[in-house]
Amino acid sequence: MKIIVAIKQVPERDAQVRIAANGKWIDEADLQWAMNEPDAYALEEALLLKESGGACGEVIVVSAGPERVGSTIREALAKGADRAIQILCDDLNGRDALGVARLLAAAIKPENPDLVLTGLQSEDLGLGQTGVIVAELLGLPHATMILHVEKTESGLKVKRELEEGWFQSIELPTPAVLTVQSGGNKLRYATLMGIKRAKTKDLRTVNAAELGAEGTPAVVLDQIAAPKKQKSTQILPGSAKEAAAALVEKLKTEARVL
Amino acid sequence: MSVLLVLEQSCGKTRRASWEALVAALRLGPAENITAVVIGAQTEALAAEAAAKPVGKVIRVEHPLLAQYTADGFCAALQQLIQNESPTEVVVFSHTYQVRDYAPALACRMGQVLIGDVVAIEDGPKFVRQLMQGRLIGSYRHSGIGPCFVSVQAGAFRPDATDTRPGAAPAPITTFTPTIDAAQIRTKPGEPFRASEQTVDLGSAQRIVSVGRGIKEAANLSIVQELATALGAELAASRPICDNGWLPMERQVGSSGQTVAPRLYLAVGISGAIQHLVGMKGSQCIVAINKDPDAPIFEVADYGIVGDLFEVVPALTEALKAAKQ
Ligand SMILES: Cc1cc2nc3c(=O)[nH]c(=O)nc-3n(C[C@H](O)[C@H](O)[C@H](O)COP(=O)(O)OP(=O)(O)OC[C@H]3O[C@@H](n4cnc5c(N)ncnc54)[C@H](O)[C@@H]3O)c2cc1C
Repeated sequence: MKIIVAIKQVPERDAQVRIAANGKWIDEADLQWAMNEPDAYALEEALLLKESGGACGEVIVVSAGPERVGSTIREALAKGADRAIQILCDDLNGRDALGVARLLAAAIKPENPDLVLTGLQSEDLGLGQTGVIVAELLGLPHATMILHVEKTESGLKVKRELEEGWFQSIELPTPAVLTVQSGGNKLRYATLMGIKRAKTKDLRTVNAAELGAEGTPAVVLDQIAAPKKQKSTQILPGSAKEAAAALVEKLKTEARVL
Repeated sequence: MSVLLVLEQSCGKTRRASWEALVAALRLGPAENITAVVIGAQTEALAAEAAAKPVGKVIRVEHPLLAQYTADGFCAALQQLIQNESPTEVVVFSHTYQVRDYAPALACRMGQVLIGDVVAIEDGPKFVRQLMQGRLIGSYRHSGIGPCFVSVQAGAFRPDATDTRPGAAPAPITTFTPTIDAAQIRTKPGEPFRASEQTVDLGSAQRIVSVGRGIKEAANLSIVQELATALGAELAASRPICDNGWLPMERQVGSSGQTVAPRLYLAVGISGAIQHLVGMKGSQCIVAINKDPDAPIFEVADYGIVGDLFEVVPALTEALKAAKQ
């Protein structure tokens, strides 16, 4: 099976984010970057499928973004992806979900994969649409929030998460696009050997402009800001001990929940 | 503005989130400009329920192939409906798993992009949604021609304004029959199932201590277990803790786990992503312990301690024990 995994590089989870001077995006200077977590699960699922399918499988990683995205692609290669395509694009944040999906679809199409996997949403913009739109652009069936993928004679059987602790099986033919939910598997770490090998693996770069996938955005992000507080929180100051004692007192006499 | 409001059903009943979406729709246009859409194979009762709400009319989108939800079936049917109802300026959904599954494809088919998971609507209209896992918000605008697609987050729009209109005549109901061919539907969905038997009922717990990824390792869970014992509380967790298998999934709080509303909810090392918040926002008193003063959990907390949980949690356990004596 030939599997393409679309991954995104996002700010590291614990990174301090500041709003950029123009108020339209975050200040990217000094940020640490990481692989979007649901995409890491998509990659894991792809690697497991390949490993269970014998020697003929291939896992190709595709990612759009500026130069820096290369480090996340290398990480995917170190974990076991066979090769990668980097779509060089410095204005990723100026594109809407359709604009980004157009880039990915244009890079994926000539590869004719059996399966396209991606995380169900990104940790930065959280749009949760890219995989579904890629499917639509490629004319492929899709399923979302997938925790497990099984190959069957006629295609795939997948486990889809529903709300409130429910699940559902879905059967669909290949080629198909799946968006993967976090937590279905355990993520592997790159081995030292893997990291070494990654350096020699094929990483092809293509400029976004060359893909012929431009269009005007239908949706524009005008401004970002800090969220408004829903409640006024009493922050209890002092050392851990002082704050703990103050909290117990408040819970007893003010909130009356003890 | 002319608004098409797509309602969603679960087991033959309109979901609460759909009435929240109606509140959002009423922010965009007066009731008479709102067309409520029910979709399925047997929508008579759903349509009657919708007709009693403040809407201009109700359309039943009916077809035997819509009996069970599929993205292909719903996209085909709604695309035809929207084209038939043109000009529709805004299409409003609730941001459910189902909508996440098909609305981006439907919008794409019509050259549009869904503005998803909206938490507020401002003049313009501008649509506000969260970014960076709730640490920031962004203001979005539709810039193209053609309908604008919007889905609204659960809990963001309060449904009291959507009460039935006593005395008013119900809105007129019409039926729209889309053309769908069985071959268009490429996925075969199975029946929903639950993973395992529920053995704890967090829903009825009076106090809950909930632990998140800040705990770092399974071995550290003992300190929050001790705190829970000292408080007489049930132990719960955010999703990554259950994904890792450190606690069973039945103890997960949030949109894909349990919804709880105890008298006291104490969140330890939990950032406060919206999927967690929807499961516990209704708690009477919320306490957060987190080292990051900007963590979104503090936006819903009544009391907060900014600090290292490995110092604060044992200190709190001690303080509770001391207070009992
Ligand atoms: C469709 C969908 C459904 C989901 N369903 C759920 C759900 O049902 N429930 C749920 O919880 N999540 C759910 N999620 C995941 C959710 O988006 C978040 O990823 C998750 O809630 C984060 O868990 P966390 O807060 O424990 O971890 P993180 O976001 O990693 O937060 C860890 C926090 O710990 C703090 N911390 C770290 N070290 C310390 C320390 N030493 N002392 C004090 N504080 C510390 C950090 O400052 C941070 O705020 C869902 C996601 C999706 C996309």
